[in-house]
Amino acid sequence: MMNILLGIGAILIGVILFMIFRVGTLISVVRGSHHKRAGTSNKVNAALLLVFLVLGTIGAVWSSYSAADDFLPAPVSVHGEQIDTLFWVTMGILCAVFFATHVLLFYFPFKYQFKEGNRAAFYPDNNKLEVIWTIVPAIVLTLLVLSGWKVWRDITADAPQEAEVIEIVGQQFNWWVRYPGKVDKELGAYNFRMIDASNAVGIDLSDEKSFDDFMGPSGELRVPVGKPVLLKIRARDVLHSVYMPHFRLKMDAVPGMPTRFWFTPTKTTAQMRQETNNPDFNYELACTEVCGRGHFSMRLIVVVEEQADYVKWYNTQKPWLASTREDNLQKVPANLREKALQIIGAGDNPSAAVTPVQEPTTEAPVNPAVVKTSTSAQ
Amino acid sequence: MSAVDIHSTHGVGHDAHLDHDHEHEHHDNFITKYIFSTDHKMIAKQYLISGIFWAIIGIGLSSIFRLQLGFQDIKLTWLKPILGEWILDSGKIDPNFYLALVTMHGTIMVFFVLTAGLSGTFSNFLIPLQIGARDMASGFMNMLSYWFFFVASVIMFVSLFLETGPASGGWVIYPPLSALPQAMPGSGMGMNLWLISMALFIVSQLLGGINYITTVINLRTRGMSFSRLPLTIWAFFLTAIIGLLSFPVLMSAALLLIFDRWFGTSFYLSEIYIGGEALPNVGGSPILFQHLFWFLGHPEVYIVLLPALGITSEIIATNARKPIFGYRAMIGSMMAITVLSFVVWAHHMFVSGLNPFLGSIFMFLTLIIAVPSAVKAFNYITTLWKGNIVFTPAMLFSIGLVSFFISGGLTGIALGNSAIDIQLHDTYFVVAHFHLVMGAASAFGLLAGVYHWFPKFFGRMLDEKLGYIHFWFTFVGIYLVFFPMHYIGIAGFPRRYYSFTGFQVFNKYMDLNHFISAAAILTGIAQFIFLFNFFYSMFKGRRAPQNPWRSNTLEWTAPIHPGHGNWVGEIPSVYRWPYDYSKPGASEDFIPQNVPLSATPESNLPHEQGLIGDEIEDMETGVVFDKKEEINAPTVKDHKLPKGSAGADQNIRNIGGDPEKL
Ligand code: HEM
Ligand SMILES: [Cu+2]
Ligand SMILES: [Cu+2]
Repeated sequence: MMNILLGIGAILIGVILFMIFRVGTLISVVRGSHHKRAGTSNKVNAALLLVFLVLGTIGAVWSSYSAADDFLPAPVSVHGEQIDTLFWVTMGILCAVFFATHVLLFYFPFKYQFKEGNRAAFYPDNNKLEVIWTIVPAIVLTLLVLSGWKVWRDITADAPQEAEVIEIVGQQFNWWVRYPGKVDKELGAYNFRMIDASNAVGIDLSDEKSFDDFMGPSGELRVPVGKPVLLKIRARDVLHSVYMPHFRLKMDAVPGMPTRFWFTPTKTTAQMRQETNNPDFNYELACTEVCGRGHFSMRLIVVVEEQADYVKWYNTQKPWLASTREDNLQKVPANLREKALQIIGAGDNPSAAVTPVQEPTTEAPVNPAVVKTSTSAQ
Repeated sequence: MSAVDIHSTHGVGHDAHLDHDHEHEHHDNFITKYIFSTDHKMIAKQYLISGIFWAIIGIGLSSIFRLQLGFQDIKLTWLKPILGEWILDSGKIDPNFYLALVTMHGTIMVFFVLTAGLSGTFSNFLIPLQIGARDMASGFMNMLSYWFFFVASVIMFVSLFLETGPASGGWVIYPPLSALPQAMPGSGMGMNLWLISMALFIVSQLLGGINYITTVINLRTRGMSFSRLPLTIWAFFLTAIIGLLSFPVLMSAALLLIFDRWFGTSFYLSEIYIGGEALPNVGGSPILFQHLFWFLGHPEVYIVLLPALGITSEIIATNARKPIFGYRAMIGSMMAITVLSFVVWAHHMFVSGLNPFLGSIFMFLTLIIAVPSAVKAFNYITTLWKGNIVFTPAMLFSIGLVSFFISGGLTGIALGNSAIDIQLHDTYFVVAHFHLVMGAASAFGLLAGVYHWFPKFFGRMLDEKLGYIHFWFTFVGIYLVFFPMHYIGIAGFPRRYYSFTGFQVFNKYMDLNHFISAAAILTGIAQFIFLFNFFYSMFKGRRAPQNPWRSNTLEWTAPIHPGHGNWVGEIPSVYRWPYDYSKPGASEDFIPQNVPLSATPESNLPHEQGLIGDEIEDMETGVVFDKKEEINAPTVKDHKLPKGSAGADQNIRNIGGDPEKL
């Protein structure tokens, strides 16, 4: 019933508008106003352009001002701060150009609106002007590019040797995180053919380096503060993209082509909780490459800890192989099984078999091969 | 060969035919006139109507997903009769369907509305009319081009009604998502139809493009040298060249994807575990697809934009009553854009795993392309300076276009900086960028063109007042939608998200999203003003005068209802560039291109005065033409053009002879 009423109402309004339109047309025909080259409408439109300029400026300034609180979430990586500076400098220049050009774009039509008896200037070109406004933008852009390029090069440079290497793997619709175990501090190889219900990221058990690897707690990526972290990124099924807004970090996860991104967190989760006065605050990781139905829900919490806490946590983690011993141990080639058992045992009792990892500085440098492989992953 | 059609309708045995109004064509039946027409004007109208149809669908789809984004709790149960299972029992739309909506919205708007609807309409309509040709070089190919597009449209339309839904992996259809039916329902039959439809669409574009290029090169009327071409034609010409070079690459991308889907090849697939099994494919690369796609994709955005810029140049000059400022610089910048648009594609892939060194290269190249874009914007503004501006609706839309072009182009500079793009890539900042610079700007070009050339299309005028109302609603509306969208992007919101509430960092700006959705839907509704105006005026509008905007270009010298063949009798010759507006000394504030210099001694510039000697009068016809041009122009005697082709036909007429007598 309501719908019918609404429908009738809409039709009535339509009819009324139509009548007004007809009457308007007839009047203009009678007045012969369409014979004039430019009538009142011309003045109205010229004025409206100016009004638009003024209101638009106010609106743009006011709205960006009131929305600004939630702009770029606080940067918590070393390169993130550089990106932010670059962004705001660029935006500053862009906004200046935006306002300058728009003032002219809307003021000229108002100023030079049609007047009977006026004549436009016959001013077809001016090479000097053309040269100026080719060269000036070119220079400004060059400066922007050069400063951007420097930051880009730093960001994409090879990760420092001491970087904490962590593997992150996307699948529809969640993430897996794998850490290199403390025995060799190297990620083992992987093979997508070994993926199954218990082996989510296809840890290759014929590679002894993988025996001590462990999977991060579900839903969480844990990293130490103040230390470079190298993410080695993969995807199991379709494209995904690792996006950590607070860290200004984004890199696609590509099946068949590992990628990487390294960064240095600058603030722990606890610090941020304090600063934002929000005890529930968490850093997050989201997927930014459309990957299907659950794309919008591929969330991971990023926990940034003090280095000492991180190391303590790290040392208590059990190798993945240990937790799924029954299923997977027989997949280890016979000649390596003993070694595997030994490492698993070590996992059970961290203080016994292997020396636990200490503060990064006292640690032997990570095998450069790890860094190298990730570099050549291009 | 195809042009034989034209010949047969106009040449053979119809001597008198040329002398009477073509409206009374007696041998055109409904089918040849309205459906399988080879007349460029009818084909243009077919493209226009198809474009409008697709725009309604495309905007409709976006309204639905904006409801989802803006009003998280809204119950859409009332859409169930149309959408069925896609509305969940909770009254929300299915996330898969959300993705289908954004994918089809993108595909439809970019390809079917702003490529086919814009280039298809105006290249077809204006090229022959503005260069002074009787029709396209090949009317038959032109007709084929439309019908390939039509079939592509039908297939794409049908895909909307599949039970598994249309393609849903985004308009860029990145594999493996688009290659694996098990990855999402839309990658099943919907994707098949998408690929088939796009393949046909590409064929249509190539047929059309070859025709535009050939026509511009070969069929210009006497005196219409390249340096006297209206900027519209330059834009269409360069657009067609871009299309011809880039669409085949999309074709190959699509073909390889079809192979991967149907025949088990591994061009884009490697090391995939999905649906509980490891696929056999190894060695392929999803990145390869991205390279191929964006090798078209970036030029494509200029394919969409350049015609709109050409239309704007024409309309701004006409209504500012001033020559376009920097005619040569405009051409130069369009040429620069044409070339550069092929070497910036990887700026869409900065964080795809691309080699960072390549990223640096593409950052440099990308920011170079901003220079010619800036030059164009400055030239438009300077054209307005000291004008005597008449605000027709077309003029307003053109000014609006320049505004969008600037706003969106500027944010491109932020995105083109690869370091900044790390944060902004695939966020709403990108969405705001390209909707302004490509979506809104080109849509305004399309609308400006319709308002400006409607009299030539239909012999009637659109209602001005409705045009103004339409403009202001749309212009303000688009800014209300896309300006705040930057904020959401700067805050980091990713695009193609069904909902943001799952994340702390994105769980804000609810009110802003409400606002954007409301503005978007209202702006969409405002388009009905245009629809009404369009269809009403087509039949009931005020009758158009010969040259309603007092414009210089040739199309306004043709009859108000041009028949097949465009001009009755002679095709006018051209003696000057198209921008002699407000020339000092002239009595009127415009001098059409077909007015000889010898007829305007009072306004000729010194160097033009010297050229008069080159103009000679054809004794028989009284037509004045330029000696130099005559030497350069191919004549029938060259026998370069097959007799009976549109070109030959035209040359005969140009020298005043009767095709039958020669
Ligand atoms: C001033 C020159 C321009 C520059 C420097 C520029 C730069 C960029 C960059 C770097 C991106 C990629 C952003 C990302 O995905 O992270 C982008 C996206 C895009 N640009 Fe531009 N742009 C410019 C002008 C244009 C123009 C004139 C158009 C259209 C006519 C356009 C249309 C697009 C489209 C459609 C996308 C997004 C495609 C997608 O991801 O779906 N851009 N632009
Ligand atoms: Cu995703
Ligand atoms: Cu691009």
